[in-house]
Amino acid sequence: MSSKSAPVQGGFRFSQLIYDTRYRSNTIQTVALIALMALIWWLVNNTLTNLEASGKGLGFSFLTETSGYDINQHLLEYDARDSHLRASLIGVLNTLLLAFMGCVTATIVGVFVGVLRLSKNWLIARIMTVYIEMFRNIPVLLWILIVFGVMIEIMPTPRDFRGDNPAASMMLFDSVAITNRGIYIPEPLFSRPIGDVSFFPKSSMRFDVSLELVAFLIALGAGIFASGRLKRRADRIQNETGDRPTTWWQRTVCVVVLPVLVLIACGFHLGYPELKGFNFQGGTYMRNSLIALWLALSLYTAAFIAEIVRAGIMAISKGQTEASLALGISPGRTMSLVVLPQALRVIIPPLISHYLNLTKNSSLAIAVGYMDITGTLMGITLNVTGREIETVLLVMLIYLSISLSISAVMNVYNNRVKLVER
Amino acid sequence: MAQVAYVRHKMLPEQTPPPNSVGTIGWLRTNLFSGWFNTLLTIVAVLLIFRLLANVLPWALVPTWGGTSLGNCREILQEMGREGHFAGACWGVIRERWLQLFFGFYPSEIYWRPILAFFGLFVALSPILFPEHAFRLIGFSAIYPFIVVYLIWGGSIWGPVMALLGFVIGYMVLKFLTEPLGRLAATIAAFLLPVLWWLFLASPIAGTFANVLPLALQPVESAKVGGFMLAFIIGVTGIAASLPIGIVLALGRRSDLIILKGICVGFIEFIRGVPLITLLFVASTLLNIFMPPGTKFDLVLRVTIMVTLFSSAYMAEVIRGGLAALSKGQYEAADSLGLDYWQSQRLIIMPQALKISIPGIVGNFIGLFKDTTLVSVIALWDPILLSTNIRADTNWNGILWELYGFIAVVFFITCFSMSRYSMYLERKLATDHR
Repeated sequence: MSSKSAPVQGGFRFSQLIYDTRYRSNTIQTVALIALMALIWWLVNNTLTNLEASGKGLGFSFLTETSGYDINQHLLEYDARDSHLRASLIGVLNTLLLAFMGCVTATIVGVFVGVLRLSKNWLIARIMTVYIEMFRNIPVLLWILIVFGVMIEIMPTPRDFRGDNPAASMMLFDSVAITNRGIYIPEPLFSRPIGDVSFFPKSSMRFDVSLELVAFLIALGAGIFASGRLKRRADRIQNETGDRPTTWWQRTVCVVVLPVLVLIACGFHLGYPELKGFNFQGGTYMRNSLIALWLALSLYTAAFIAEIVRAGIMAISKGQTEASLALGISPGRTMSLVVLPQALRVIIPPLISHYLNLTKNSSLAIAVGYMDITGTLMGITLNVTGREIETVLLVMLIYLSISLSISAVMNVYNNRVKLVER
Repeated sequence: MAQVAYVRHKMLPEQTPPPNSVGTIGWLRTNLFSGWFNTLLTIVAVLLIFRLLANVLPWALVPTWGGTSLGNCREILQEMGREGHFAGACWGVIRERWLQLFFGFYPSEIYWRPILAFFGLFVALSPILFPEHAFRLIGFSAIYPFIVVYLIWGGSIWGPVMALLGFVIGYMVLKFLTEPLGRLAATIAAFLLPVLWWLFLASPIAGTFANVLPLALQPVESAKVGGFMLAFIIGVTGIAASLPIGIVLALGRRSDLIILKGICVGFIEFIRGVPLITLLFVASTLLNIFMPPGTKFDLVLRVTIMVTLFSSAYMAEVIRGGLAALSKGQYEAADSLGLDYWQSQRLIIMPQALKISIPGIVGNFIGLFKDTTLVSVIALWDPILLSTNIRADTNWNGILWELYGFIAVVFFITCFSMSRYSMYLERKLATDHR
């Protein structure tokens, strides 16, 4: 590609397509495109022939048929009379729930471990190294099965909670019960409910939105907005006069008081799980498969995040901190204004890619029977309807759109924080 | 006149440092007990480790190696005076089944074949591991894949030989016909002739030779290949094949040719956007639908192809990172030396880019090797599915931790040594003097 051939005298010859660098790249590309088209045509042709032979044909009408199977953990209401489409929606929500819980926990644990690995305390640093190496060098599927095994084998059965002298007891003032079937936590209840709003009733996409939640979120948003205004006002005063007014208590009041008022108005209280008969009743129930996946995926991903955080912190040269301190900036503000913005620039891109990995690894739910999108659409729906191409294609599309939207967000963020070079 | 009161003429002897800042005590004071917070952390950590060991060690260190079933192990433990659910491990299951965990359902009288293939792997790798000493063995590395297929799946030797011959034909065409035909025609011929050979000539000729002189090993079907052997086959094939494919994809993604770039970007982003499980489902259920009717396509081969494609997309991104880290001056210097595109890639760019991306490449290798456990989801006999199968045996029903522990230890040893080797390689190849 380094040189251009001298222009050829005379008319165009076919050999120029190959030997003239002006045309050669186009020739190569055309050939590649034709080869790709031929390959796709060949595959599609084979597929159509095979489908015709098996008498199935292509089509997505199976999505509206009755699913006929139950899903043991669902965020929206669902029963076996609902359609396959509804079952897929439940599966997608379960995937997103798991991914969200996993990403939050993995980030917290990962940052914690990454910082502790740099600790001056020899023992703590060694323990964290052992943790990281153990999780990074053993397959995540094995970790999921191990945590699932711990949940089933080691946690007490609901029966153990019974009697005058029970073998197991509930934790945190009798509010949380950890059993081998899953974990029961208190659920939020309202004694003066405002009511629900139903969207798309009677369709496969129907869902209810609780107005209490909406009110709470609006109040929280308003509080955060007011707090932001206070901060900007403080910034302005500091810019003009050099003194920063104390705002922390005003901002706390803004963020806390409004939502709490809404909660009190709706009569917020907690519903505690209670042992009734053979099992716990009330409270929010998280199945053991969800807990196992959540713990295993977050601990596994946290090991990788810890390494990223460590690398990010170590990438900031000591001179930055020293320069900032020499300017008389307080250690806390040095951290938040000088070190963290630079470290985050190194940390964020690989961090997001590990969020993506966690989301994709959540498809291993199929190994412990958690009904995510792989378990519903690509699992039972595929087996019930025999529609391999359509279901696998849909699942791929769903994962692809989740991944692409996460990477789109990441690219926007990356472009905002990246170094502006000459 | 200024009076100098005192001038020392002799150096004082060096004093020993305070006893509590050197030696064991000094080390303890600086590393474990500097300040109240660190002391607290140390104490908490020691207590945690102690509790962990106090629970695990008595369970693990029990003489149940000879146990013939879970009940038998329980009897042994009862004689020691131990009762209950967690009285102790039952290591008898590992003694009885470790060969199965390594080889799956491979016929035990021909275990020497996979073992020979495994040691052959190190001979085949030696030109890469020790290029100064063993580069002459590169020929063996080239024919090693065919030896493995012959050793593990058995059958007539002529199938692998004919497959190898296709590559030889391509190489010969490239070597001897470049002069008379020109480079482009020779390259096209080197692609087409082997394909024609494989499609139309290889199997009849192999059949003829097999009738005359079989040289056949006892054939083993793929369903019997399992355990860590399967993980190694899929992992090593994926590792070896994904690196070159990844390099090509990375170069394609960075090239100026719009259509080629589009194809590469589309492929990479698609593969990276979907989980491996969906690709394995494609391998197990869909690939037969995509092929011409009547094609019989071995499941292990299908899975290996999918795993390779999966890994090569990630490899491409790692290598692209290495290429992007090279300064533009390197490309310009190569151009100014008059090297063409492939020469500059081969001699200037790739050696540096690959060196930069070693940590990422090895990280991918480790990830690929760990991901081989996912094939248990589509019912290939990897160690995890085998452990389920062992539990289905009435003798070992209820055994969990011993099997998981064993599998975890084998994976840990393999992956950890890979990562240590990559660190060694980085140090060995480091040319910047810091």
